[in-house]
Amino acid sequence: MEHVELFFKSVFVDNMVFAYFLGMCSYLAVSKKVSTAVGLGAAVIFVLTVTVPLNWLLDQYILQEGALSWLGAEFADYDLSFLSFILFIATIATMVQLVEIVVERFSPSLYNSLGIFLPLIAVNCAILGGSLFMQSREIESFTLALNYGFSSGIGWFLAILAIAAIREKIRYSNVPAPLRGLGITFIITGLMAIGFMSFGGMLTGGDEEIEVSEVRSAEVEKTSELNTENIAQNETLEVSEITPQ
Amino acid sequence: MGLLSKKDSKLILDPLADNNPITIQVLGICSALAITAQLKPSIVMAISVIFVLGVGNVIISLMRNIIPSKIRIIVQLIVVATLVIIVDQVLKAFAYELSKELSVFIGLIITNCIIMGRFEAFALGNGPWKSFLDGVGNALGYGIILIIVGFFRELLGSGTLFGFKVLGDPVEKTFLYSIGYENNGFMVLPPMALIVVGIIIWVQRSRNRALIEEN
Repeated sequence: MEHVELFFKSVFVDNMVFAYFLGMCSYLAVSKKVSTAVGLGAAVIFVLTVTVPLNWLLDQYILQEGALSWLGAEFADYDLSFLSFILFIATIATMVQLVEIVVERFSPSLYNSLGIFLPLIAVNCAILGGSLFMQSREIESFTLALNYGFSSGIGWFLAILAIAAIREKIRYSNVPAPLRGLGITFIITGLMAIGFMSFGGMLTGGDEEIEVSEVRSAEVEKTSELNTENIAQNETLEVSEITPQ
Repeated sequence: MGLLSKKDSKLILDPLADNNPITIQVLGICSALAITAQLKPSIVMAISVIFVLGVGNVIISLMRNIIPSKIRIIVQLIVVATLVIIVDQVLKAFAYELSKELSVFIGLIITNCIIMGRFEAFALGNGPWKSFLDGVGNALGYGIILIIVGFFRELLGSGTLFGFKVLGDPVEKTFLYSIGYENNGFMVLPPMALIVVGIIIWVQRSRNRALIEEN
C-alpha cells in the first residue's frame, strides 16, 4: 500500500515537471517531436531508477549524521551531509557514463535510440532533483527509494510525451507571432500544471476516510443525523484544496 | 568607459535583454520558477547564481588549457558543485529560514543549464576577465527574469513586497482593499510562474520582432 501511494504521489501529485519544474531545459528543448521525446523520457526513467537508490545507499551509509558508525564507534558522530551535492552529482555523472558504455556494448539498437540523449541527462535537473528530494524527504527503505526513482521518471516521461504531442498539433494552429515556439509552450505547460493540480486531492483520500469514520462512530454514539458526515466531507475537501500549497 | 571597453560591456549587457538566458537561450528554467512565489527568495537565488557563474567561469577559464576534453563535463560538475556547497553552507549559517524555504533548489544550481552552457560555450574558449564578465552578465539576465516574475507573483498573489503590505491590509480593508480589491491566490501557485514567463516572452518578442521563432 505504501508503495502504491508513493507511486501515484510521485507520478501525479508531485510530478517533476508540473509541480517542481525539474528538467525543464531538456523538456522544452527536446519536445518538438514525439519520437525523440519518448527516447529522452525512457532514458530519464532508466537513469532515475538507477541513481536514486544508489544515492540512497550513499546517503544512508556515508553522508547522514552518524551514518559512518559501521566503520567503528569513533566515526559515529561524523556528519558529512554537506558533501552530498558533490557525491550525488559524481554518482550521476559516473552512472550515466557507465550506462552509456554498457548499453553500447550489449544493445546497439537501444544505444542508437537513447545514445544521443544520455550525455544530456547528466545535467538534467530532474535526475539530481530526484536524489535531493529523496534525501530531504527521508525515504525509509531501499525499495521505496527504488520506487520513488522509477515513478518520478514515469511522471517526467508522461509530461514530455504530452507536451510533445501538443506541440506537434499546434504547428498547424494560428498562434500569435510573438508567442510562437517558446512562449506558447510555457503557457501550455502552465495550463497542464493547473490540470495536474487537481490530482492534489487524490492523496488526502486516505485521511478523509479516517476522519469520516471517526465522525461516523461519534454519530453512532450521539445518534444524530447523517448530514454531519457530508459537512465533514466538504470541510476536508476544502482543506485539501488549500493544502497543496 | 575606463574600466570596461565597448566589447566588454556588450558581454554584460547583451544577456540582459536580446540574448537573455531564460527567454531566448532557454537555459536555466529548471530552478528558476519554483522559488519565485515571493520576491526575497528570487533575489537570493539570483545573487547565488551570479556568484556561482561569475566565479565558476573564471575557474574554468583559468583551467581551460589543462582540462582533457573527454572528462571536461565531470570537471565542470565538480567545480560547480564545490561553489554551490559554499553558497549552501553560507546560506545555512546566515539565513537559515531562507535556506529551508529554498530547500533543494540551491542544490539544483549545479544542474542549472545556464552554468554548464556558459562553461561550454564561453569559458572554455576565452580568458578569465572576459569569462567573468560573461558569467556575471548571463547570471544578471537570469536574475532579472527571476525578479520580475517574483515581483508580479508576490504583488498580485499576496499583495506584499518583501513581506510589506504595499496594497493595504486585506483583513482591515484598508487602501485598495477598501474599494473591493482581492488578492489573486492563483498567482502563488506554481503553474502561474510558467504563465508569467510566457507573458514576459510575449512582451519581449512583440517589442523586438527579430526574435520571433518559426512555429
